[in-house]
Amino acid sequence: MMRARFWGTRGSLPVALTAAGVRHKLLTALRAARGRPLTTEADLERVLAGLPFADAATYGGHGPCVQLETGGFDYFVCDMGSGLRPFGHAAMAQRSGGAGQTFHIFQSHLHWDHIMGLPFFVPAFVPGNRVVIYGSHPGLEAALRRQQEPPSFPVDFSIFGAKLEFVHLEPGRAHQIAGVAVTSMLQRHGGDSYGYRFESQGKVVVYSTDSEHPLEQPEHTQRFVNFFRDADLVIFDGMYSLADAVSVKADWGHSSNIVGVELCQMAGARHLCLFHHEPVFDDAAIDAVLAETRRLEEITRGATRLRVSAAYDGLEIGL
Amino acid sequence: MQVSTRHHADATVATLTGRIDHQTAAQLEAALAPLLAEAGANRGALVLDFAGVDYISSVGLRVLMIAAKQMREHQAQLLVAALQSVVVEIFTISRFNRILTVTPTLDDALALCSPAALAHYRGAGPATPP
Repeated sequence: MMRARFWGTRGSLPVALTAAGVRHKLLTALRAARGRPLTTEADLERVLAGLPFADAATYGGHGPCVQLETGGFDYFVCDMGSGLRPFGHAAMAQRSGGAGQTFHIFQSHLHWDHIMGLPFFVPAFVPGNRVVIYGSHPGLEAALRRQQEPPSFPVDFSIFGAKLEFVHLEPGRAHQIAGVAVTSMLQRHGGDSYGYRFESQGKVVVYSTDSEHPLEQPEHTQRFVNFFRDADLVIFDGMYSLADAVSVKADWGHSSNIVGVELCQMAGARHLCLFHHEPVFDDAAIDAVLAETRRLEEITRGATRLRVSAAYDGLEIGL
Repeated sequence: MQVSTRHHADATVATLTGRIDHQTAAQLEAALAPLLAEAGANRGALVLDFAGVDYISSVGLRVLMIAAKQMREHQAQLLVAALQSVVVEIFTISRFNRILTVTPTLDDALALCSPAALAHYRGAGPATPP
């Protein structure tokens, strides 16, 4: 396992920057540039480097889609949110649109925001490609076919030229897939969701989104601590504040940054990446959550430091 | 984690000491149960003196949220007072500062309970029997 590449990081519903949002960023950058030399490209880069991420860039708005570069030739992907579309374009460009590619796609669950990218996934239209969709839900194939039936979508599932396969993964058992050991685990979410633990070449990545953690159940906590154990990277549903997650949004199926830090610390994980961002949050709000989560990690740190980041569309994390 | 209580007129002050984490949250929940029942039945107030609490985890915060909800249902009050700076940060990061009534000092908390409770506390009189 070499690298995680984020193509979609937003939860529930894709979002986009508005004209007002872009204008705000431009004004902030221009204010920061006042009185500073702006002659060379390096001058400009220095100004941008001094801005918070929320002002200089954006977390993006595509729905969940994470690529794992395993070191092998096949593609590994978690979830088919709207981020699957730009991933598909990039994959086509990377290998000049050549057929004969295999895509292993692991579905956390079948809610709309996690499957809506498939009808726009260009490699699935290319004869000679192979798209293998893995999941632990019994209705995996039916759900994907249904989203392309009238009146929901005008293009039938049969349009795909690639060979589509569906593979049921038994939770709790390691499956060897193209050189990677993949284990799924049941999570608490409406209609169920599954987390994935990927192990390859001595590296471990856990993808755990759309997962609520009932704090009153110690056995649940221990199950996740074991699943996250010694992970190099945990991609974690940090959609809500803890206060929301245990009060007004209890049973909504999501988690918080605080529980992410606690589980990773108990599991000895090395890197927590906050994921499935609340669509209501603007860039500044996510920046604030990230800063607070880093501070929480700092004040609760044990023997080892847990690195904390917030996923954004385009982020790459090397392992 | 340890809990001791004092009564000030219609308010009960529970003084907590130690860490509230995955190991001790159940102990806190059990210790609060009779205090919540009593304050709820009397439509009184329960003040949690956090001056001696140096850490609280998500599980402990959940216990406080349930306690506050229980008190609201009985038209009683739950207040959390005198947080250490690290615990203030945890409340802020978790946003529990928005769903619980938190005061800087015990004096501030009792002022929100009732004039009688504040007067009794300031008078430093003997503890009122429960």
